[in-house]
This record gives sequence, C-alpha cells and structure tokens, in this order.
Amino acid sequence: MSKEYDVVIVGAGTAGLSAAIYTQRSGKSALVLERLSYGGQIINTPEVANYPGIAKISGFDFAQGLYDQATALGAEVVFEEVLSVERDGSDQIVTTDGGTYKAGAVILATGAKNRPLGMEHEEEWVGSGISYCATCDGMFFKGKEVAVAGGGNTALEDAIFLSDYCSKVYLIHRRNELRGEKHLQEVLRAKENVEFVLNVTMEELLGTDSLSGIVVKDKESGQLRQIDLSGLFIAIGQMPDNSRFAGLVSLDEGGYVKAGEDCTTSASGIFVAGDTRTKAVRQLTTAAADGAVAALAACAYLQTR
Amino acid sequence: MAVIELTNANFDEVVGSSDVPVLVDFWAPWCGPCRMLSPVVEEVAEEAEGFKVGKVNVEEFEDMAMKFGISNIPCLILFKEGKEAARSLGFIKKEQVLEFAKS
Repeated sequence: MSKEYDVVIVGAGTAGLSAAIYTQRSGKSALVLERLSYGGQIINTPEVANYPGIAKISGFDFAQGLYDQATALGAEVVFEEVLSVERDGSDQIVTTDGGTYKAGAVILATGAKNRPLGMEHEEEWVGSGISYCATCDGMFFKGKEVAVAGGGNTALEDAIFLSDYCSKVYLIHRRNELRGEKHLQEVLRAKENVEFVLNVTMEELLGTDSLSGIVVKDKESGQLRQIDLSGLFIAIGQMPDNSRFAGLVSLDEGGYVKAGEDCTTSASGIFVAGDTRTKAVRQLTTAAADGAVAALAACAYLQTR
Repeated sequence: MAVIELTNANFDEVVGSSDVPVLVDFWAPWCGPCRMLSPVVEEVAEEAEGFKVGKVNVEEFEDMAMKFGISNIPCLILFKEGKEAARSLGFIKKEQVLEFAKS
C-alpha cells in the first residue's frame, strides 16, 4: 500500500519548502520529494541581500531555516527521485525510485539546473578548471587568471567575487550588453583586473587533461582570440528539467511548466511553483511567493474535489 | 565511528598508514553544498564498516587542497593504502556516499 498525503510536492528548494509550510499550516499533510539535497539553488549563494525583511543571510542558513520550519510544522521530506505522476480517478499517483505515494494534489517545484555551454570537454573538465560555482571554488584559483561566461546577475556577482582572489578575470558574454543589474556592472567596471570580452561566441575549450584556455570569436569581425586561463566559471543561466512531466502538463518551448501567477497548470490537481514555471522574474522572493500561491490553490482544489 | 578531523599533522598517520580505506570529505565553511554534504558524511561515518571517514577543512588547510589538486568542492576522495583510489565531486546522497566508500 502506498502512503497517502493531501499534497505531494516535487522538489525541496525555496518554492517547494514554502509550499510545504503553507500546506501544513492549512491543516493538510505535505510530503516533499527531493532528488538530492534540500535548499535548491540558493545554497550556492554566500550572501542573500535582496530578500525583503532579511537584510543579510547566507543561502545555506536560509535553506536550513526553511527546512526546519517546514519539518517542524509536520511536513515530511523524503530523498527520492520522482519518476512519474499519473492520475488515478481523483487521486494522483507519484512514483519515485523508492516507492509510490498517493496524493490529492501535486505541486511541481523542480526548479532549474545550471545550463551548460554544451562544448567538448566541458563535462570532463569539471574539477579540472571548469566550475559552475564561483563561491565554492573561487579560492582554488587565487592569483590565477580565470574567466566567467555569462552576462546576468550570477555572472556579474561571480566576476566581482573572483576579482578579489584572482590576478585577472575575463567576463565573456555573447551580447554587447550585459543583462545583470546596473549596480553590479558599475562595481565590476571599477575593478582594474577585470576585462570585458563582449559580443563573442565561445569556440573552443583548450587543454589536454585540464583546461588551459579558451578560444572566442568576435561576432562582428569574425576574429578569433585565444585567452589562456586556469579556470572557467560558467554562469549562462538555468534550464528546467521537466521532460518526465511532458505528458502530464503543458510545457513551453523552453521546457518550463506553463502557468500564470495562479500557479495552476493545464492538468487539474497539478500545480507548479518557482523557477520551473513560465515567468518573467526568477528570484528567491518569487519562488517563496509561488510556494504560497500553489499550496493555497492546491488546498482549495482539495475541498472541491 | 565519528569523523576524524584531519590536519597537516595527522594526515599521514591517519590516512597514509591505514589498513582500511579512508573516505575524506574536503569541505569549506563558505561552500553551501559542502555544508549539505557534511552531515550526510557524518551519518555514513557512524555506520561505517570496513572503512574510516575523515574530513579536511580546506579553508584552514589550503595546502592540502593544493597537494591533491582539488579545485572543486565538495570533494570526496577515497584513499586506499594511502593513495587516491577514487574521487567524487558535488553533493551526493547517503546511499551514493556509501557506495562510493565501498568502491
């Protein structure tokens, strides 16, 4: 017999754990299923300074606080990977690599994962010059020349962070303009050891057993440039991981679950929260907000079912 | 068994002369995924049979990270007869840590 819950939440990041808090506080039972560790993307952020009401907190402490709050309210967090969600009458059957669970409603809060450049040697050289977490690994590149690929907030924050340790930081971006906050751009422009390499495409990762450099191509002139590096930090954004739900709910062309601000998907009884939903702004606050909206929508749905 | 705090002073003694494999968790306090993995490694240490578990704070012992060519953390290294036998990067679940320790 599979265990039964009012709401099963897929993913224990900020959206998923926020949904668990709101579900439990509505008097319903919540099970959170998580593939790896709780906390989601925010655990990679050393300092969160844009969450309203909290001036400064580490991403780890924020995640730990969410987890403690959700579990103290009675939410269960189980570390299993969800393989499928199927409808059975008015119930939802959630199958994981460890068992099956029956739910009245399901909230998809699967978040997003780091988008790779998709280049040869990229995966192979993670740990040998390539990293997706500047704050984790920056220290190992003290006094060395590194590059950050990307033009959003994460890339700019990474470049600022690395410029304090590394002798030189190249910021490599495929457009002429950076997408990240003006404030961050200004901080970065004032750094003497940062060079902007804009409007280029990444052509090649150089090296034998580890990264020794990159080749970029100017999009206008077509000119190739080799840059010798010890490290390359990839921060070109995130991508969702929802292919296993393609038959369950409508996804957009980017793979995000289609839903409006009400977090209601194309399937009745299935809700979506956080970065994995189609939306314009993907921030910690919007993930938390989605968790609340999706949980309350799921609880309302349970009453009408 | 508890996780053994490894330092420059005791590393060779604990890891180098061990007659069983030693799983070492290289971590740093500023690294979020490391702080998620460390409690998992502690649980594994409590249940460890046929191997030992140690940890190195690379903020304190930067030279140890250099010595083993570590540039990404969290990093687990399995030492057999004092030599690196396997390496795992990034957060992994408890079952995966156990499997790695027995690899």
